[in-house]
Amino acid sequence: MLRLIGQRLGLGLLTLVAASVLIFAGTEVLPGDLASAILQNTATPESLAELRQELGLNRPAAVRYFDWASHAVVGEFGRSLASHREVVVEIAPRLRNTLFLASYAAIVAVPLAVGLGLMAAIWQGGVYDRAVNFATLLTISVPEYLVGYILIKYFSVRLGWFPSLANVTPDTPLLSRIWLTFLPMLTLVLVVIAHMMRMTRASVLQIMSSPYIEMAFLKGLPKWRVVIRHAFPNAVAPIISVVALDLAYLIVGVVVVEVVFVYPGLGQLMVDAVSKHDVPVVQACGLIFAAAFILLNMAADVLAILSNPRLRHPR
Amino acid sequence: MNGRRMGEEVLEVAGLRVVARGVGTVLVDDVGFALRRGEVVGLIGESGAGKSTVGLAILGYTRPGCAIEGGRILFQGRDIRAMTPPERRALRGASIAYIAQSAAASFNPAMTLFEQISEIPVRHRLMTPAAAKVEAIRLFSELELPDPERFGDRYPHQVSGGQLQRAMAAMAMAAKPDILVFDEPTTALDVTTQVEVLAAFRNLIREHGTAAVYITHDLAVVAQIADHIMVLRHGRTVEHGTADQILREPREPYTRHLVAERLAPHRYRADIVGGEPPLLELQDVVASYHTLPRVIDGVTLDVRRGDTVAVVGESGSGKSTLARVITGLLPREAGAIRFRGETLPPRLRERSRDQLRRVQMIYQMPDVALNSCQTLYEIIGRPVRFYFGRPRAQVRARVRELLALMDLPADFIDRTPPELSGGQKQRVGIARALAAEPDLIICDEVTSALDQLVGEEILGLLRRLQDELGVAYLFITHDLGTVKRIANKVAVMLKGRLVAAGDTARVFAPPLHPYTELLLASVPEMRRDWLDEALVGRQRTVAAVRNAQIELAQ
Repeated sequence: MLRLIGQRLGLGLLTLVAASVLIFAGTEVLPGDLASAILQNTATPESLAELRQELGLNRPAAVRYFDWASHAVVGEFGRSLASHREVVVEIAPRLRNTLFLASYAAIVAVPLAVGLGLMAAIWQGGVYDRAVNFATLLTISVPEYLVGYILIKYFSVRLGWFPSLANVTPDTPLLSRIWLTFLPMLTLVLVVIAHMMRMTRASVLQIMSSPYIEMAFLKGLPKWRVVIRHAFPNAVAPIISVVALDLAYLIVGVVVVEVVFVYPGLGQLMVDAVSKHDVPVVQACGLIFAAAFILLNMAADVLAILSNPRLRHPR
Repeated sequence: MNGRRMGEEVLEVAGLRVVARGVGTVLVDDVGFALRRGEVVGLIGESGAGKSTVGLAILGYTRPGCAIEGGRILFQGRDIRAMTPPERRALRGASIAYIAQSAAASFNPAMTLFEQISEIPVRHRLMTPAAAKVEAIRLFSELELPDPERFGDRYPHQVSGGQLQRAMAAMAMAAKPDILVFDEPTTALDVTTQVEVLAAFRNLIREHGTAAVYITHDLAVVAQIADHIMVLRHGRTVEHGTADQILREPREPYTRHLVAERLAPHRYRADIVGGEPPLLELQDVVASYHTLPRVIDGVTLDVRRGDTVAVVGESGSGKSTLARVITGLLPREAGAIRFRGETLPPRLRERSRDQLRRVQMIYQMPDVALNSCQTLYEIIGRPVRFYFGRPRAQVRARVRELLALMDLPADFIDRTPPELSGGQKQRVGIARALAAEPDLIICDEVTSALDQLVGEEILGLLRRLQDELGVAYLFITHDLGTVKRIANKVAVMLKGRLVAAGDTARVFAPPLHPYTELLLASVPEMRRDWLDEALVGRQRTVAAVRNAQIELAQ
């Protein structure tokens, strides 16, 4: 089993390297290079050549990649072209905000989705099952910015319970942070819940046709116990991988929600950086997103291996 | 026992009718019997006879999509059909317990055996978890499971098939039920394991005076354990009587047919004489899997034209691996395989088309061995095109010819496998193998997924084809009855080695190799005292096999 886990970790690392190459190559093919981005309108052929020489842009792409990657490994991404501050200083508070919102949404969404999914499996085909399927399908089908605006309209404009802008600063205390980010969190939850809930329901129901489930019924156990104690532990592997995908989405795909609620997260920073040709920031954000995605999926793979009793308890 | 009166009626089933909803097929119609404490009723019949449906109905349970539509199921005078769902649940496991065919599939892979066994008494609030554990350990030692104190801490995949089947009996007995329903509980086991498990079940029933319903397709098994036997066919009762009456003086033609088939005297096939060189020669063949070394360990074997060579042994002995090595699916590590005098390359890829054509296979499960989306024309026509490159019209004519040879109607040519019965599908499998016009066909347990009578027909067909075409068979099986009837040569495998090989009459006549003796002595016979006799002789044979194995290893 350890070998299997080791393989997964190694593969994850390899994927991360491949992603970093892609990110580097992506910024490489953008029109204009770092030198022209810095000099912008003041560029003359001579000053460009001089700056390129100074920045080492004349070296082959492979050499520059290794230079960039070896610095990235130790957390050095250089300076932002727009603000001239260290990229790390620029990114750190934004990353903290993004991770906070993602964890907040995950803590609410995962147990809720799994719980709803289990109940849908227990009352399969009933009114509850259909209602919850319909409702979650609806929330996933509506674009997230619309969900956000609808929530703002009701909860902050009409009822005035929550603020419409998630204006947090580094020194906002935790409780008010939770209150300020309630609506963006709810928007994210509504977007990801259907996926996890339907996967829970489907994988539990698939297990429900196993002979050992029939045996559990023949032992006189009530249905809720059969679903939760006998079916669910055997159904977790596919659920874990869907949860990981959704968690990754919560970190990587929240730009729209950040814009709607004017939340200072990483997604917004990246969008700004792209429009300003701020290449070091774009590269750093890209790498963080890739790392989050790969890390979460790797964790899901490892958990799925651990959830298999045959691997956990060898003969 | 313990205040329970023997002989008191615990179950009465009358006019039971179970239907599949939607399609409206009647699965069980007008079945009835009574069961007294300490008594065992055997339900016997082929697959589709409704045996399991009756067994499950006793627990007030039907498979999804089915429903009990009529009749009474009285447990100690109370009709299970009239109970509320919670009342029925209270009965299941606690008063009426079920033992399924495949313990490997019926134990939850994610829970320990203790957790699953104590679940019945604890959840029905009959025992505390601690008391349930003590009881489980007591049952483990009663069923002679190894290390009873800690046996229950294991997960199902950590114990052997025979142990798991006994653990399932422990689970069923955990709450001391009044009725046990055994549903083909030894069918999935090896013949040598079956004896032990069968004896364990019988002791359990006798010790506790529990009433039992024993479902099986094997008359010889039910003869050892049942007081009454009920024969079912197409969901209806054919005959119902005491075990002695059914076994000795069956009245109905169908029952007579079943009994006669089981008692059929076997003539060993005479060996074929002739000086021609062997078709297939195996010499000291060794093969391994990545994780398992020497699954095939020094096997030497000859097959001549027209031979039927049976390879017998328990599961895990390497029988099917041998087939994979001969066909080249698993490359051999050492040794030589010669076919018609020329050495076959170890790997499938390295063999010529003609070498591939001459060795074909028929599989155990026709359901999965045939592509269910293709028509019989495509399935059988593919080897005709692949090996002979014939034009379309000729391929069609050839497929028709093969269907006729299999006694299948010509208009089946455009049907797909799901439209056929199990026996018909196996005939298609045979036709596909014959389409290549092979010299040797490897038959891997080709009758074990089929009912007794259907299996007989397939064996008859194979024999006829051999007479007509002179094809040789390598017949892999665990069923010694089949071996005796069709094979002129037999090879007995134990842990990857051949312990005995030669003419069937010689291998199966004294002096026997201890393992051959154990195998032969483990095949249930119709005599009602067979199990007792088998158990007496068994200990000596098992010890002899162990010694023989140690010798082999040295």
